[in-house]
Amino acid sequence: MAGMQGILVISPTPLPPLDDTKGRRGMTTSSTAQQQQEDPAQPPKATQQTRPAVRRLGDSIFSGTALGAGIIILLVLAAVAIFLVAQSIPGLSSEDNTILRDRSFLEYVVPLAFGTVWASLIALVIAAPIAIGIALFISHYAPRRFAAVLGYVIDLLAAVPSVVFGLWGALTLAGFVQPFYAWLNQNLGWFPLFSGQASATGNTILTASLVLAVMILPIMTAICREVFLQAPRLHEEAALALGATRWEMIRMAVLPFARGGMVSAAMLALGRALGETMAVTMVLSVSGVISVELLTSTNPTPIPANIALQFPEAHGNGVNTLIATGLVLFVVTFLVNAIARAIVNRRAQFSGAN
Amino acid sequence: MTAVVTRGTSSLAAGRLPKWATWVTLVAAMVVSAVVFALINMGSAASDFNVAGTLVVGAILYLVVIYVLSRLSESPRHAIDRFVTALVTSAFIIAIIPLVSLLYTVVSSGIERFDIEYFSSSMRGVVGTGGGAIHAVWGTILITLAATIISVPIGLMTSIYLVEYGGRGRIAKAITFFVDVMTGIPSIVAGLFIFAVFSIFLGPGASIGIMGALALAVLMIPVVVRSSEELLRIVPNELREASYALGVPKWRTIVKVVLPTTIAGIMTGIMLSISRVIGETAPLLLTAGFTTSLNMNLFDGRMMTLPVFVYNQYQNQGTNPDEAVARAWAGALTLILIVMALNLAARLIAKIFAPKLRG
Repeated sequence: MAGMQGILVISPTPLPPLDDTKGRRGMTTSSTAQQQQEDPAQPPKATQQTRPAVRRLGDSIFSGTALGAGIIILLVLAAVAIFLVAQSIPGLSSEDNTILRDRSFLEYVVPLAFGTVWASLIALVIAAPIAIGIALFISHYAPRRFAAVLGYVIDLLAAVPSVVFGLWGALTLAGFVQPFYAWLNQNLGWFPLFSGQASATGNTILTASLVLAVMILPIMTAICREVFLQAPRLHEEAALALGATRWEMIRMAVLPFARGGMVSAAMLALGRALGETMAVTMVLSVSGVISVELLTSTNPTPIPANIALQFPEAHGNGVNTLIATGLVLFVVTFLVNAIARAIVNRRAQFSGAN
Repeated sequence: MTAVVTRGTSSLAAGRLPKWATWVTLVAAMVVSAVVFALINMGSAASDFNVAGTLVVGAILYLVVIYVLSRLSESPRHAIDRFVTALVTSAFIIAIIPLVSLLYTVVSSGIERFDIEYFSSSMRGVVGTGGGAIHAVWGTILITLAATIISVPIGLMTSIYLVEYGGRGRIAKAITFFVDVMTGIPSIVAGLFIFAVFSIFLGPGASIGIMGALALAVLMIPVVVRSSEELLRIVPNELREASYALGVPKWRTIVKVVLPTTIAGIMTGIMLSISRVIGETAPLLLTAGFTTSLNMNLFDGRMMTLPVFVYNQYQNQGTNPDEAVARAWAGALTLILIVMALNLAARLIAKIFAPKLRG
């Protein structure tokens, strides 16, 4: 009731008189409505027996518009699929193609797909433990008063446009991490990931992944935090009552409960990293190879970065080839997101769509 | 060791480190680390002092010391607990570092060109120094406005359908599923889609402002749907039933009762979705293109936008790289200010117009 009163305060204007009086079951004033309330069972019954409920014109228009809006969304998505497929088909042949240059489409797209997945996976490996740590810190370690503020600070990261991340990654981060790369390369060069000739600029795939990791931190933290907060209070208190330390309580009561949520958070974050364009485009010096070396200046190219870089110069069938790679990207992200959603929907209390 | 630690405390607290122990250990670890780095730095200037290294080594030192201390005086279980507490806290601090660094860099480098000339001139005919981003600012405003005008009615009506009309029907389920799919569309694919559509109708290579707006709308609609759907769902059913009981038609109930109740939340959601698409670069790069002069007509010719401007200045630095990069930073600063203002406005709207639950 308290909620209702408050809401009536918000819209203080009384409901205006209705214009379509025909279909109102004989009620024209609110006083008859009052009578109706005293004897609620009878009138609807009578209506049912005499004639079916009247469809009001206003209602039909309004529900029709609402349905139409929904259908537009379905149409747009169908159009995305149809147009992308239709426009990619000419791009699959390597005749007269400035982008493929006598390679088959598969030869062209596999290194790019590898680059996409590789960069995103590294970002996920870096971001996942940190995101889980932050989420735990906010939900179980930080003082209650600060928790909301700290959450807001992390959300600020999500508000930064990706092109700004790109600028920061290319001009600030790359220079900062380059000495570390040189050191890693010198001392741990025998390890395949750190082998090769270390880049002198720091514009390597590891830097790109670091920027990606920062960009996916907020979404992963937000979902993990929600899941951790939903862990059953009684289990936590029971664990503490048995003498568990805080970490043991988290390990026994919170983490097992949150496992599914954490996995889906990671998948959603991965989906975001796969489609991220600008930061990677600006940070990475690309060469389109398949290579697991993290510190060299010849790096694999993710699909979005490749599209952004090649698009301005592409013409003819080359454009269609780029659209085809975009379709591949779409399918990959769709699969990753679908798996994440399937896990989320098993427990529908939380959703990652915000 | 135990005797030393528990001296002067009650028997209940026996076997525990006192509260101040963690702070003392932390300060001690940092001091030791600072001294070590100062000794290494002896020969060179004070400005060469390695702050990052000091903090990292200090943190690692703290992790080790607190673990050993706790293991000796408390128990291995407590030692692990303290170790994890330190780890979790440092995870948070690690995440703050890039945020602070980014904001600091953007503000300090962006302020250089954040002047009147920047907001009064375009890049038309500018080769080296000078020039501004007024064309990009206007482009961003117009394109984002158009995207909002397209996506808010569609998004809002869809969420009304899902909550008020669709129920658990097949169409509603399909829409929910595909809205989820749409949230996951990579932004560059949205740009490719609009490009593909327009290149069929207008021939290849078309670049028009409204194409950018449509691409942004594709990204914005699902966000609007999701946020307003969630808000419409929390409107208590009693309100709707009270309205129906007064004989009010369903559509008037929605317009006069349901929407006014949630309007603050919906506005907040819209503001946040605007702030999300206003920084999008990739789709605009493919659709609205780039230009150096001011274009106020959404339906004719290329339009520059702020994110594309930043990208373009960085990528094609031209004859005077320092100037171009300075313009890019100023653009980044403008973008961040716009996004922060939108976020702040969203929060204010939510606070001022939120339904008063008590009283």
